[in-house]
Amino acid sequence: MLVSFNWLKEYLDLSDVDPIELGDQLSLTGIEVEHVYQPGEDISRLLVGEIIECTPIPDTHLHAAKVNVGRDELQEIVCGAPNVAQGQKVIVAMPGARLPGGMEIGEREMQGYPSNGMICSLQELGFPEKVVPKQYVEGIYVLPDDIMVGEDAKPVLGLDDTIFDFDLTPNRSDALSMRGVAHEVGAILSQIPEFEKIELTENKERHIEEILTVGVDNAEDAPIYSMRIIEDLQVQESPMWLQRKLMAVGMRPIDNLVDITNYIMMEYGQPLHAFDKDLIRTDQIVVRRAEEGERLITLDGKERQLDPENIVITDGEKPIALGGVMGGENTHISHSTQHVALEAAVFNPLQIRRTAGKLNLRSEASSRFEKGINLAVVTDALNHAAQLLSQLGDGKVVSGMSQVAHVTAENTEINLTVSYLNNVIGVDLTKIIIFDIFDRLQFDYKDGEGDSFTVIIPPRRWDIKIKADVAEEVARIYGYNNLPNTLPVGASIPGKLSVLQKMIRQTNRYMEGSGFNQAITYSLTTKEKANQFSIAESDDTNLAMPLSEEHETLRKSILPGLLDSAKYNRARSTDSIFLYETGRIYHGTPGDSLLDELEHVSALATGNYIEDWTNEVVEMDFFTLKGILEGLLESYNLAEEVEFRPLTVKKGMHPGRTAGMHLHGHEFGFIGQIHPKLANSLDLEDVYVFEFDLQLIHDAEKASRVVEDIPKYPGITRDAAVLVNKRISHSEIVEVIEKVAGPWLQSVNLFDYYEGEGIDDKKKSLAYSLFYQNPNATLLEEEVQEDFERVLKSLKNELNAQIR
Amino acid sequence: MGMEQELGQIRDAALAVIEQASDLDELEAIRVDYFGRKGQITTAMKGMSQLSNEEKPLIGKLSNEVRNAITLSLEEKQAQFEADLLNIRLKEETLDVTLQGRKLPKGSSHILTQVREEIEELFLGMGYMVVDGSEVEQDDYNFKRMNLPEDHPARDMQDTFYIGHNLLMRTHTSPVQARVMDVHDFNEGPLKMISPGKVYRRDSDDATHSHQFQQIEGLVVDHHISLADLKGTLNLFAKELFGEDREIRLRPSYFPFTEPSVEVDVSCFNCGGGGCRICKQSGWIEILGAGVVHPDVLEMSGIDSEQYSGFAFGMGIERVAMLKYGINDIRNFYQNDQRFLSQFKARG
Repeated sequence: MLVSFNWLKEYLDLSDVDPIELGDQLSLTGIEVEHVYQPGEDISRLLVGEIIECTPIPDTHLHAAKVNVGRDELQEIVCGAPNVAQGQKVIVAMPGARLPGGMEIGEREMQGYPSNGMICSLQELGFPEKVVPKQYVEGIYVLPDDIMVGEDAKPVLGLDDTIFDFDLTPNRSDALSMRGVAHEVGAILSQIPEFEKIELTENKERHIEEILTVGVDNAEDAPIYSMRIIEDLQVQESPMWLQRKLMAVGMRPIDNLVDITNYIMMEYGQPLHAFDKDLIRTDQIVVRRAEEGERLITLDGKERQLDPENIVITDGEKPIALGGVMGGENTHISHSTQHVALEAAVFNPLQIRRTAGKLNLRSEASSRFEKGINLAVVTDALNHAAQLLSQLGDGKVVSGMSQVAHVTAENTEINLTVSYLNNVIGVDLTKIIIFDIFDRLQFDYKDGEGDSFTVIIPPRRWDIKIKADVAEEVARIYGYNNLPNTLPVGASIPGKLSVLQKMIRQTNRYMEGSGFNQAITYSLTTKEKANQFSIAESDDTNLAMPLSEEHETLRKSILPGLLDSAKYNRARSTDSIFLYETGRIYHGTPGDSLLDELEHVSALATGNYIEDWTNEVVEMDFFTLKGILEGLLESYNLAEEVEFRPLTVKKGMHPGRTAGMHLHGHEFGFIGQIHPKLANSLDLEDVYVFEFDLQLIHDAEKASRVVEDIPKYPGITRDAAVLVNKRISHSEIVEVIEKVAGPWLQSVNLFDYYEGEGIDDKKKSLAYSLFYQNPNATLLEEEVQEDFERVLKSLKNELNAQIR
Repeated sequence: MGMEQELGQIRDAALAVIEQASDLDELEAIRVDYFGRKGQITTAMKGMSQLSNEEKPLIGKLSNEVRNAITLSLEEKQAQFEADLLNIRLKEETLDVTLQGRKLPKGSSHILTQVREEIEELFLGMGYMVVDGSEVEQDDYNFKRMNLPEDHPARDMQDTFYIGHNLLMRTHTSPVQARVMDVHDFNEGPLKMISPGKVYRRDSDDATHSHQFQQIEGLVVDHHISLADLKGTLNLFAKELFGEDREIRLRPSYFPFTEPSVEVDVSCFNCGGGGCRICKQSGWIEILGAGVVHPDVLEMSGIDSEQYSGFAFGMGIERVAMLKYGINDIRNFYQNDQRFLSQFKARG
């Protein structure tokens, strides 16, 4: 919403007010002023002139004009505008004038003719084209005839004005009118705005009831519907003052009839609609819902298919307008319109919103109906418009108004107390200060007993309904920046993170310490990726109206997002990529119940893990990543150890280099190498990944954290080197060792692994060191020897191992 | 020649050769020559048995003195040689200490996580709980409980990712607050919480829009919680996050779930308030929205709005990070370019 400072001056004394400062005050007390600007700031030496002579210059599109600018001599100016003509009142930029964009006007010669100045179009003066009257868009602007020659043209055009660009919040639609803004500014400046009284002269010979009656089928659709008729109107160009005001607030002048309806809307916030009375075929107006399939050609020439959501204005038979949204072509006013039926109504905001939204017809008018109307001024606005039509268009106002009103403008009384206000705002105001604020806002009040009172809110502030709304008014006028800085003083409670939140943080820090960068990828992905690598099966969760297939379904695994990020990095020549993410995955549930949202951690690693000038490169491989994962699992202090089992059938994973992670019999994650085919399709090579469910770790039993004494007695180590078939796994060997190891075995540690040259190619060689210890006594060689022999025997018998 | 004389000569000769020795090997040879099984002292002492009982203790004592003198001389010489060797070694063992250390892997927290945790720490210290809540929410909790009735403009299907009729991707973290308010027992103290997390809007991704982003909202409900309490809390917050010299200002605004509602500006941390590119010459940067909880919002969770009042605030983590670290494109946060991520190895 654009607000003209000059226009505001008609209601308030702003002689000592700096508009820039006022803009800041408005922003701090209630209405955000996005921008304050002076459209004529860069402009000087503009005069009103009259073209006395206008001669075409042969073989050009130019004219040589002689212009009277109120000086002794006529100003000779060459003009290229197509519409320049003798007798016009025009804007002349005199030699030495400055125009927007730093342009300077000089004395020149064109085609052999002197050109001392410029006859201006409005665009050349910085007016946006959308506010320039259509007939002057392609040429110079022609002023109405009553403007005096030689006058300074800047005030004539409103180039001495300051414009505020308001960014209004939805609750402050009372400020969608100049009168509303005047009340707001008045509250800031402690002034009471004054409005001109409307003096309407009616033609007593004609009475509206003889011509037209209005009716409303459903009171909720149009709580107020009123109409006046103005006859014998001269549709013509509006006077300068009206054109100037409309252009200042961003509206294009058209003719006096349209301009007056727009002007009234800007002044009161009340949209009006004018019908050509002669085109209404009956003597009645009926407001009703459209029937399914009913059609109306709106005044933009488009045929609209209507439905019962739409409120239509009808002549009792056919629609003649879409109520509150757009008029119909069949009753459209034009230059030849003589008699006008002028509507001032209040429509159901919801219906207007639905209709305007569905037909994509949002306008200044429809948005005001959506946001609310000041019920107290509906009739004033209509009367003021009628008065202006008689004044500016020689119209005769038919006496009386046809109106159906199911609501009346009423004050809202709110009871409250000083202590309530002070508690909510956190201040210590007295009744006197509070009442002074109400005086500034022009709210009446009734004092009550003790600290109670009643404030009376006028209809123009329909946003104020409850105590909290009053608190806001008091606080903002008192000044938010005058409030003290305090802190809540209630009982103190410790702030802490949940166990899961701590676990996530701990996981993050571990992964970062291990060289992984934290990534954040999107929860919404493609249908295909949503299911890729998921650990558990569940229904898909799809968006009803996705914006793209890329973000359509909620992920069930983090890894596809990390793979996308790896591809992104690879495409930018980053070869060593180490990413991890902790975040949610989502398992669908039937119906409208909430989903199972599980916290997962996933990591992706490819390239050189350690690489520097020492030439001792550590390439990322399965066992490096597994070591990192095992360290992470250790940090959770689980009572039971996580078991890794070969996983040969996971889609997207290398069948021989992937392990499932098991805990308490649940598979809750996996680690392995991405299938070379998939890696290849992402321009990647050896990519190692893991992902697991943190929720399960959170829920799992934790080990005791009581310290164990460090053994005082020395232990004994025995080494066993075994040659076994390649198919036998390390964990099978350890299992056999542990099963028969006897009471003193403390640990089994693999210290060598070999396959290849020098041994049978179906076999592999592993060497373990077994550490025995008795916590209560020094262990003797003999005690261990028998246990160790038993282990070797068992390995031979059960795994067909050769002891080396 | 008596033994006494003989021992004296051995000692003098030994000390002389020790003095002449040129390295540790020669020194060892000298040691063997005197103290070895066939060494000079061992050999000389064979004559002891022929001495008289009066002479024996004297010669015994003397032989010990000779042994000690030679041993001491050997040790001194050996220490000297070892010190010389060490000096030579130290001279040779120099490193180019300006070479980089080994490049052990070190990752970094995502900058959004860092900002989020920084804010969490601040409020944890003031006794707030951190509550995550569900990212997929029910329409009622996301909208109605936030005082946005059906057909409210902000509930446009166009702006929200709906999953089912009553199920959607939350558009703010506010529903978490409604759910906590539903169950909070005020006998256990005031309700103080922040709810950080991912939220979703039906936007196409560009430099300033992201269909997924993160918010932190805060809520305090107790007896007599006021707008001034909100102002004081946010003042502390702004100083902690943006620096001790920062000021805040409140401007009236509108949110359906708070009344009064305010926008909160922080004095520009780039120019200090004088006006610059970052604050668009205004000296202030809009950082969050806040207000006094609307009584309807309390009542919908069964909290008596005559007895209790509260304040709430909310901010976008991306916005804070973009302002604080000069990040111009919101997509940077979600592309996970390592060249971007690894710039934030330092925390704080």
